Amino acid sequence: MKRFADLHLRVPFKDPAKAESMIRKASELGYNLVGIAVSPHATREQVSQLRHICSDAKVDFVTRVNFFPRTPNELLQSLRRFRRKFEIVTVRCHTKDVARQAAKDRRVDLLQFSVTNLRKRFFDEAEAELASQALSSLEIELAPILQLTSFSRVRLLSSLRREVATAERFKVPITLSSGATDELFMRGPRDYAALTTLFDLSMSSALRALSETPWVTVERNRKKLSADYVAPGIHVVGRKKGA
Amino acid sequence: MLKREKKRYLALEVVSEQPLNEQTVLDAVQASVHRLFGEYGASKANLKLTKNLPEKRRFVIRCSHKALEHVRAAIASTTAINGKNAAIHVLGVSGTLKALSKKT
Repeated sequence: MKRFADLHLRVPFKDPAKAESMIRKASELGYNLVGIAVSPHATREQVSQLRHICSDAKVDFVTRVNFFPRTPNELLQSLRRFRRKFEIVTVRCHTKDVARQAAKDRRVDLLQFSVTNLRKRFFDEAEAELASQALSSLEIELAPILQLTSFSRVRLLSSLRREVATAERFKVPITLSSGATDELFMRGPRDYAALTTLFDLSMSSALRALSETPWVTVERNRKKLSADYVAPGIHVVGRKKGA
Repeated sequence: MLKREKKRYLALEVVSEQPLNEQTVLDAVQASVHRLFGEYGASKANLKLTKNLPEKRRFVIRCSHKALEHVRAAIASTTAINGKNAAIHVLGVSGTLKALSKKT
């Protein structure tokens, strides 16, 4: 049986009741793992409160941070400061320079682009080539497809179709997430997978983008963040008592 | 010999601020299919309401099995019914009503 993940649930920190109902809804809809974006300066109490709600709802909780850097240097500084504090790092690319830097940096897990300003979607062939070498994924949020209407939706679908084809050609993993701000925009994984047929992503690829791909990313990062991790391919298997 | 068209039954759960009847739900799904896939797509979907439990906000619709993915996408993209916020979730899909009732 597939384990589904929604790596981006936009839960309001200031409204714990709404946060709880959204997390419960995710569990009801069949997700086993939810990623919630946390501010880099969030307190431990806020994070532990979310972790507690998730464990009550029987879903795995993943801490995620979204960076919105204006320059590549700003991105590098943020990565140096916060990479080891979060399980998932996403970069919202507003400029081409930032997009290229994020795509080639192995510390970045997900690449995200604007859904309203399509001129700022920089996922072209050069970006895909860099991303495929650095193991970063292209993140596609599905709630905006539900929220946008008429021509803005048509234009977004057209861009997504082009980007998905590029990602598949360069073997860049695609991660689908909801990006939902409200329960009304949350859908089950199979419904989201059906929605992706609107931009020509096959059902099997869409289900992979909602299950295996995010799980692989999370498990890889959890291994890296564990105390036993030394370097790629090297980890501590046991410790001598008193050592 | 003419081949019989295969069908798929979809169990739906509607989340809405207002009480809804079966015709409103079917109209909303049909409008959504029409909006996304046009008249040609809507004609191929061959939608029909087969069963309803309005007190539980659950409905069963039938569509052509070839149009299943399109119908699911249209259902998922529904965000309002009669101008009020709403969401429709697919609880299960099956080829027969009997199997669908076991699933949901």
